[in-house]
This record gives sequence, C-alpha cells and structure tokens, in this order.
Amino acid sequence: MSKKKISRRKFIVRGALGTAGTLAIGTYLFRNSIRRSIAGMANTADTPYMGNTKTPIIWFETTAENNIIFHCPKVEMGQGTFTGLAQIAADELEVSIQQMQVIHAATATGNIDSFSTGGSTSVSGLWQPLRELAATMREMIKGEAAKKLGVNITTLSVRDGIISGGGKTLSYAEAVKDVTDWEIPNTPVLKNLKDYKFIGKPIPRIDLKDKVFGAPIFGMDATMPGMLFGAVVRPSSIGAKYIDSDTSEAENMPGVVKVVKEKDFVGVVAKSRMEAENAKKTIQVNWDIEKAWQTKDIEDMIKVGNGEPIVIQKEGKAKSILEDDEGIITQEYTSPIGAHAQIEPNGAVASVEENKATIMMSTQVINFSRKEVADRLGFDEEQVNIIPTYLGGGFGRRLHTPNAIQAAILSRAVGKPVKCFFDRKEEFQNDTFRPPTHHVLKAKLKSDGSIEAIEHNVSSGDVMFGSPLVPKIAFSIIGADVGAWRGGMIQYGKIPNYRAISWRVKLPFATSWWRSLGLLANTFAIESFLDELAIKTGKDPVQFRLDQIQDDERGHRLKEVIKAASNKANWKDGVTNDRAMGFAASTDANTPCAHVAEVSIENNQIKIHKVTCAIDPGIAVNPDQVRAQCEGSIIMGISASIYERMYVEDGQLRPVIYGPYRMALMKHAPKDIDVVILENADAPGAVGEPPMGPIGAAVANAVFRLTGKRLRSLPLELS
Amino acid sequence: MKISFNINGLPKTVEVDKNTPLLWVIRDILNLKGTKFGCGKAACGACTVHIDSEAVRSCSYAVKFAEGKTVTTIEGLGTEENPHPVQQAWIEEIVPQCGYCQPGFMMATAAMLEKIPNPTDEDIDNNIINVCRCATYYRMRKAIHRAAALTNDSSNPLNS
Repeated sequence: MSKKKISRRKFIVRGALGTAGTLAIGTYLFRNSIRRSIAGMANTADTPYMGNTKTPIIWFETTAENNIIFHCPKVEMGQGTFTGLAQIAADELEVSIQQMQVIHAATATGNIDSFSTGGSTSVSGLWQPLRELAATMREMIKGEAAKKLGVNITTLSVRDGIISGGGKTLSYAEAVKDVTDWEIPNTPVLKNLKDYKFIGKPIPRIDLKDKVFGAPIFGMDATMPGMLFGAVVRPSSIGAKYIDSDTSEAENMPGVVKVVKEKDFVGVVAKSRMEAENAKKTIQVNWDIEKAWQTKDIEDMIKVGNGEPIVIQKEGKAKSILEDDEGIITQEYTSPIGAHAQIEPNGAVASVEENKATIMMSTQVINFSRKEVADRLGFDEEQVNIIPTYLGGGFGRRLHTPNAIQAAILSRAVGKPVKCFFDRKEEFQNDTFRPPTHHVLKAKLKSDGSIEAIEHNVSSGDVMFGSPLVPKIAFSIIGADVGAWRGGMIQYGKIPNYRAISWRVKLPFATSWWRSLGLLANTFAIESFLDELAIKTGKDPVQFRLDQIQDDERGHRLKEVIKAASNKANWKDGVTNDRAMGFAASTDANTPCAHVAEVSIENNQIKIHKVTCAIDPGIAVNPDQVRAQCEGSIIMGISASIYERMYVEDGQLRPVIYGPYRMALMKHAPKDIDVVILENADAPGAVGEPPMGPIGAAVANAVFRLTGKRLRSLPLELS
Repeated sequence: MKISFNINGLPKTVEVDKNTPLLWVIRDILNLKGTKFGCGKAACGACTVHIDSEAVRSCSYAVKFAEGKTVTTIEGLGTEENPHPVQQAWIEEIVPQCGYCQPGFMMATAAMLEKIPNPTDEDIDNNIINVCRCATYYRMRKAIHRAAALTNDSSNPLNS
C-alpha cells in the first residue's frame, strides 16, 4: 500500500474536552470532488460537499473515554442531519452509535461548508466523502495501534472502537495518544451496504435528550461572560432606508450603556434585554420611504407576461401547437407571500476584540456569516470565528444573517459581548419571504385522451436571485432563477410536446429561499392542472399520470411512488361517506414523492383526515427520520397551502404575529399520516423538501370532488 | 423591587423591574434557558411554564404576579434520570425536530394531563394550541396519548 507521509504541521491538535488525540484529515480526500454548476445543483439534489479542500481541518476527535467527537460541517435545524451523519461515520469508523458525539464545526477548526445547509443535501452530499473520511481515520488509528502492539496491521480487528490483535487490545483513545506524525493511507475500500450496522436503521435522534430536557443548545440560549443586551431599530415599511435618528431620550434611559449610530442602522446596548428594548422604543428614526405599497401593487406585478421570459424546458413543438385557436385548455393559479415563521427569532451573540471576533448564532451559512462580519469589521475572515448553535428552525430563514453584523458592531462599540435578537414583529416584517407566484398552464388533448402539448408559465419574485449567496454576476450564466422554477418543469416525459417558461419579477421587498423553494407553488399549479385534464378526459387521475410518464429510470421511480401511494391508500376516485381522496405527485431533486389526501368539508372548513405518502429517497439512512421529515413537511405544506398568507397594507407587510398569520395547529394536522419508503436508488437523496410538493394539489383535487369547486389560489379557501 | 417565588423546588429572590416578563427573569437572571422566547405576545406558547400547576405563557406574565407562587419550568418537570411521563413519551415517540418549541408543548401537555388524565383527540385539539413550525403535531398527538397511558399505568416504574 503506498502511503503519503504528511508533516505534523498539517494537523491541528486540540486540548479541550479531555481529548486524547485529534485527527484532522480531509485534504486528500476531497481533491477530486466534483463541483457542479449552480444550475445543475438546483435540479439534482446530490450536491457534493462544498467544503474546504486546502487547509487541515478537524473532522473527528477521540476522547479519553474512547468516544468520538464528530465536528459536523452541516448545521442541525431539525432535519436530523446530526443523527444521519453520525450513523454514516460510526459504521466506517467501527464504533458504536453510542460512542458518537456530534458538535457543530466552528469556523476556527477549518471544517467549513462553503455553501450552506439547505436544499435537502446534507446527508446526500456527505454520503461518499464522510464514509471515506471515517474509513481512512479507522485505518490510520489501526496503523498506530499496529506500531504500539508490535503486530502487523493486517492481523488487527476492530469492534466498538477497541482494536484487537496478537492477543492484546487497545482502545482508539490509547492508540492515538501522543501520536504526532500520522501516516495517511490511500482511501480504503468502503464496506458493503449490507454490512452496515447503523445505516438504514431507525436510530433515535442523537439530540433527543437535549431537546426533551431543555438543554441550552440554541443561538438564543448562548451567553458569554460579561454579556450585555443589544436592540436594533428595524424598519416596519417596505423599502425603508435609514437616514438618521434622534436618540436623545434613549441615551438617558435606565440601564443604557451606549447608543450606537451607524450609517445604516441605529441600536442601543443596555444591561438587560428589557432596558435595551425600552430604550429602543424611544428612538425616533427618520426613514426614507419611497412608496406606500399595497397588496394590489404586488399582485399586478406578479403576472405571467411581465418582465423577461426564459424558457427553462422545451421538447417538441409546444409553442406552435398551443397557439392554435381551438381546443386549447388554459387555467391560471396563484400562491401568496409566505413567511418563514420559525419560532426562534434571528439574532447573535457577538464578542469583538481588537484583533478578533467570536460569534455564536443560528445560521445556515456559516461561511457567509463569517465573510459578512469580517467585511464589515475590516477583518480577515480568519479573524472571525463563527460558533454555530442548533437552529430553532431554519427553513431558509437563516441563509442570510445580517443580524450577526449588527451584534458585532454593537459589541465593538461597547468593548463587551452583546446579545441582539429580532422581536417577532421584526421577524414578520423583515423576513426574506417566499415570493408570490402566478401560473398560466395550457394544454391540448389528443382524441385518445392523452396530452398532445402542455406549457407551464410561472411568474415569481426572486428566490435564488434574491439571495446574497449568489453573486449577481452569476445571474446571466444561470439564466432563470432556478429557485423560482424548482418543481416548475413538466415531469411527464411521454407527452410529445412540452415547455416551461419562467418570468422574473423583482419585488420591492426581500424574497428568497423558503423550504422547497418554488416547489410548493409550482407543483400545486401543475398537479392541479393535470387533475383538471384527467377529469376532462374522464380518466382516473392516477392512471392518467402513469400513462404519460416516460420509461427511463427517473420515470420508473416516479411511477413506483405513484403506485405505492395509491395502493397503500386504497385509492378510489370519488366521494365515499362525505370524504374524497385527492392525488398529486412530483419529483424534487431526484426524489419522487406522491400523496393521497383524504379530505372532508366540516363547518365550511377543509378537514384533512389522512395523508398517504410514498417517497423514494434512495437509501434511507435513518428510516424513522425520513418518516419524521415527511410528516413535518406534509403538515407544514398543509399550513402553507390552506392557512398562510402575508399581505401588504399601506407599505407594511402584515400580519406581524402568530394567530393573525394563520398556521396549521394541532387541530388542523391530519391524525393519520402513512409513509411508504421506497429505495430505488443506490445512494441517499433529498428528503426534507420533496414531500412539500404534492400536498397542496392533493388537497385541492380532493376539495373539487367534494364541492365541484376548483380552487386555483393558495391558500385554499372555500368562500 | 424584590420578588420572591419558588422555582423548580428552590426559593429564589430577584431584584428587578416588577413589570419585567417572567420569561426574561427565568432565562436571563435565573439562567434557565429551556423556556423559550417565540413571540412575546402569548401567541405561540414556546415560553409556557407552570405557575401553581397552571400552564402560563411567561412572556406575557409580569414577574410581580409570581410573588409567593410556585413556578415550574422544563428543567423542573423531570430529569434524564427521573423523566416526567410526558418527557418519557416524547423520547419514545422521537417527537422533536428542531426542538425549540418542544419545552412549551411538553409543559402545556403536562398541565393538561393534570386536569384531563385521559384526553380524547378533541381534548388535545382544544387544549394544545402552541405553534410548532417543524409541524411535529402528528407525533406529538401520539406522544400525548402515550404520556397519558404512562401516567395512568400503575405498573409504570415512573409512577412508583
């Protein structure tokens, strides 16, 4: 076996946490990682890990108790990624899952994910590299054990982090102790899937106990010694630009340490949160507000036909066929502005000293948060350490974190750590919203009832193009906003002629990533329209779909989930005992998913009794957490499809509080959710977002069967 | 002003503006971070605690009203060694996702089970009205029924 010898300086040794030895590997393994174009990534989930490939980085530490601390480059925001990745690492490390501890990698350890946690890519993206890393570390430790035991490495066996050979045993902790020069072998052959003990098993979440017993794990729970409390005045009106402010009263309020005026914001630092909030209320800000926007202004902007069209999909002659005067079926659909409404508000705890800054926060973009803070402070990125915490919900809300800048500025102004968070009204009014959409669908049917041509036009506010993560220079390369048209392509490949067109509209308020991006709205429109076409032809809507799906691998996987969902639900088209089923399906990021929703109308309200979901994420690393993501995604999708809507009134986004911003509660959630997991691919794929796709259309299609009324706007309202 | 109350079995006296929400006293002064801030308007329930066995949204409860009362937070509900049946059920059903709202839900559930030991689905719908953005409601409902069963099962070691 050829070996690469690397020098000691390529390792970072950490002394904390009872560490017996620290291994930093990764440089070699990622050298050949494939980097896809951004556009390609958005349409296929298996995004490679985008992390650092140049400098030494800490992935694993062994503790004196012979446990493994895994420094996870992806953040845990509820999706279960800590657990899934721990399972993957444990299997190749040859340790038990109980020996795995997972922490967020701080930027100072070098293990930085330069992209983000999002897009349902954490487990799929790290599937290959993490197994290679773990297997390599196992072999490195065995190599040291062989030296210490004085035996040949090939005679060693490992179980639960205990190495045996030549009649002796050595723990990983003992093997790595005092090692300074490591030999890194070529990447070992990975185990066969059937030999894994933890991958594929419903291991309980690794963070379960912390979350059940109230451990202080979130950004909002973070503290630093001598910490003060900050409050920043944030605008209520759309497009408001800070000009200046009168802070004379605030300066004399009790507990106030300092009022901080910057070119673009004003804030206050006080000894307690209450004192900071009270002082903030007295600050009079002079805002520059161009226009008092109204909901109608926004609706008039979001119209297919406004702005530049970009053809994102084209097969055959859909354009010319659908220009015919006769036999063309046309329908329009809309979706509203959606708020993230995650329960933990955005914020940060920052400590800025002369030459360095430390920030503890909930963020999905660790690297970008660091860059923004460094730029604003005039620091090099290496001078800023971001310590990520657990997220009290992500959903895309923490893919831009200017709140870290504000906390850092306040900290520098007072020379002490400062904690600064949004309040709820500020969250609702300064969100990066899911943009509203307008869809026009056209089709022409053949005499045999199949679809001859179909076209989907979607007009949307920005998603990817609204994100500071994507440089503007990339827009022309990417073409259309891949976030806005996610789920917007026609997935029925047997149709001879189809087209999809994206119309970009720049809105006056921030719109960007929201769990599943455009999938929720686009699938609602397309799958509602498919149902309308099926009814027109008199065909069963499930069979109607199956008939138009192509025979390649992607088509096969989609057909299988459609069949699995309809079989498991005992699909029947029609009303039975005042209940009707609705069906819809979609493929998102290579994961096909189909839902059957069982619905009735009670007191003029839509009541969802049961959802049967079939999903094919490929290898289900943790089937229980695949189920959990499906359950949550379905109910969050119901919430967005039936209840949620932001509106614009006199220049302000409203509502500003839960309740008026209607969301699904316990009483709205289906009492029965049946998830069928198929595994028709040889690697793990996306899970967290694909089940959001079909739920809106599945419910609307059921409502049509119950009422004869076709609801073409989200949120679905009966009257 | 000085305000005294019992929290998680311990007497505490704090000196603070009497109108400070109890939530901030619990979190920032007593350093118990399990009780969460979500909205500050008693609209989401993330800050739910027990005051004399009643579920109360502590973000909208001025600390002065806690004088002489008994407050329980998630840290006082149960421990890893001695979990409350609600916490045990939450573990068995693997309920939490992001986990941020979960202490509020568990506190609301524990208070409900004191009054309604065997809740129906309708009881749960009417009493558990907190907000969970990960939408873990499906598993929470199962966990609530399981917690009721654990509480009522006399053979359960948790009850001995």
